[in-house]
Amino acid sequence: MNAVPLSYIARNLWVRRVTTLLTALGMALVVYVFATVLMMSEGVKKTLVDTGQPDNVVVLRKGAGSEVNSAVSRAQSAILETLPGIARSADGMPLLSKEPLVLNNLAKRGTGKPSNVTMRGVGPTGYALRPQVRLVEGRWLRPGSSEIVAGRGVARGFEGVQVGSMLRFGGRDWLIVGLFDADKSGFDSEIWADTEQLMQAFRRQSYSSVIFKLADPADYEATQARIEGDLRLQLEPKPEQQFYADQSRALSTFIGVLGTSLAVIFSIGAVVGAMITMFGSVASRTGEIGTLRALGFRRSAVLMAFLLEALLLSLVGGVIGLAAASFMTTVNISTTNFQTFSELAFQFAFTPGIAVKSLLFALGMGLVGGFVPAWRAARLKIVDCLRAA
Amino acid sequence: MFVLRLLLKNAFRHRLRTLLTIVGLVVAVSAFGLIRTILEAWYAGAEASSSTRLITRSATSLVVPLPLAYGDRLRSVDGVRSVSWANWFGGIYKEPRNFFPQFAVDAATYLPLHPEFVIPLDQRIDFLRDRGGAVVGRKLAAKHGWQIGDKVPLIGTIYGGTWSFTVRAIYSGAESSTDENQLFFHWTNLDETLKKRSPTRRGAAVGVYVVGIDDPNNAALIGARIDEQFRNSRAETLTETEKAFQLGFVSMSEAILVALQAVSFIVIVIIMAVMANTMTMTARERLAEYATLKALGFGPGFVVRLLFGESLFIAVIGGALGMLATLPLAQALASVAGGFFPNVHVSPGTLALQAAAALVVGGVAAAWPAWRMSRIDIVAGLRHVA
Repeated sequence: MNAVPLSYIARNLWVRRVTTLLTALGMALVVYVFATVLMMSEGVKKTLVDTGQPDNVVVLRKGAGSEVNSAVSRAQSAILETLPGIARSADGMPLLSKEPLVLNNLAKRGTGKPSNVTMRGVGPTGYALRPQVRLVEGRWLRPGSSEIVAGRGVARGFEGVQVGSMLRFGGRDWLIVGLFDADKSGFDSEIWADTEQLMQAFRRQSYSSVIFKLADPADYEATQARIEGDLRLQLEPKPEQQFYADQSRALSTFIGVLGTSLAVIFSIGAVVGAMITMFGSVASRTGEIGTLRALGFRRSAVLMAFLLEALLLSLVGGVIGLAAASFMTTVNISTTNFQTFSELAFQFAFTPGIAVKSLLFALGMGLVGGFVPAWRAARLKIVDCLRAA
Repeated sequence: MFVLRLLLKNAFRHRLRTLLTIVGLVVAVSAFGLIRTILEAWYAGAEASSSTRLITRSATSLVVPLPLAYGDRLRSVDGVRSVSWANWFGGIYKEPRNFFPQFAVDAATYLPLHPEFVIPLDQRIDFLRDRGGAVVGRKLAAKHGWQIGDKVPLIGTIYGGTWSFTVRAIYSGAESSTDENQLFFHWTNLDETLKKRSPTRRGAAVGVYVVGIDDPNNAALIGARIDEQFRNSRAETLTETEKAFQLGFVSMSEAILVALQAVSFIVIVIIMAVMANTMTMTARERLAEYATLKALGFGPGFVVRLLFGESLFIAVIGGALGMLATLPLAQALASVAGGFFPNVHVSPGTLALQAAAALVVGGVAAAWPAWRMSRIDIVAGLRHVA
């Protein structure tokens, strides 16, 4: 005889339904916290990584780190325009966009508290460089006018952002003529205006960044060497995807580290709960353990039986917690990314990796909580057990 | 007295189970307290602000600078006592994780406006005399081992290049809530260096103006007067009290704060489930005893009191230990994350919440078993084999 049948193990959990449920509930909550935090961290990462295109390059001032801090003069941007290797549009113009960036305070919907929204100046090539951005309402802005278009995340999160209303900043009123959808990327959290109009309104002499598309992504190294080797430039290129991934790092790491450490601390509570339950399970079945042993089941079989019971219990908790967490994918949240000092809207992202990690985390709790009681059950002497019964 | 003794005996009948429950409670209550402490630390900047200072900044956002010429016009506004200005520098000391706030300030006016930064007179004079000098907080100096006369190199992110400042003074906070993790240097240093680097361009513009006022009661009025001055100008302003200004930063990370708040309650619910389980198991095992008690003539109220008493007793022990554990944990947190959270200390409010949480856990945990046990049928109970 090798193993105790699984049905026996499962039935034991069913017999003590209230206890099983309470213990599983404790674990479910821990798994819920664990999974939501991972989903949040993943959501930030995914939103910003999706923002970048694989063949786009962002150029900033050396050491700036983010577009808000950066400045690229008109002269510098003209030099960049002459770089070989930049893709060209059908009419032969280089696919390069010079963009100023200003942060503007808008009141958040619900609380009315101000938060920073990224205002980006774009020209015609700006749209061409971002194929994921498409218009969902109204029309695009007319070049050279005080018109603006807003991302869906901004329209959702901020008061007074809808087609036809006006926003006042930089000493004039700007008419919102359209809303765009950026396929859940970071651009959803931006407002776009005409490049020259935006610079004029804020008396800017220089752009914040220059973005261009490479004809061949393999040329990146050569282009980087050209930019860094030109003493007039003092600029720093980065592949767009990496640039946005870097912007997400601090926030997603912060959420991840904070949340995971909380989940680990919380798990101590749930492990204690599992231990109490399993000790109780062992104590109330001392007689049965003796009988099993007398029937010829080995110590290892008894150990496995109780360990499996604990694992099954934690699996129930893990599945409940994960199911609850998966509902969070419908929730939109937004917070300030302090790396860019501006608001970023994102969603909880559920990935198979997170599901596996969460279930493993739950099973880990079951293992830690169940091992000592199972060990004790396996160490019991047959005679003592049968006498106790 | 009899009830109390029975209760104590009962509580420690299953020593291991009670011990485990207490361990769970300690972890949950201290984690709850720690999260509350972090949440409060977030608001510490606003709590430490002065009611006699206003902050004037660009109406668009903080990253849009204001002209230097506004300083003189601000001084002429009725009710304004003194004016100073500051720029966020945002430099990196060696590595981004060494983050601490750095400001370029007009020192001659900034220091008198901020009496909470206490600087010995000789150091103060040294700092004011040296344009390359800096004044740093006591905690910051201690953390990086800086002495007076040391050079502190910062890599600029907003203002490019490497900047080097000489520590000329170390300030300590007048109150426990004062942030001792900041670095201040001369605004003229920033301005002149920028002009030297690119003579064709303007120097630095002002980040924010700090406006000292006579009477805190007039803050709103003076703020409105200031903003009226610059309405329809190239750079419109937004003036608010220092507290409102600081709270603006807090509200930026509101989503995270709300999540943390929710999570702090989840840990209490977790331990509630664990403790309810303990009490349910306990009650089930003692079914026969309770039936016996009832048979002897004790009413259902007695059994209920017994269960509640035991549960609350365990909860109080766990809660008290958890509260005690919070204090050293908060200390450890402060030493790790001092740059971000300058003022980590466990407040009386947090301790009260912890105590309340422990009592609620104890009460709720006993509710279900107490209800069941008060209704047991004596005959069935006596027949039951635990």
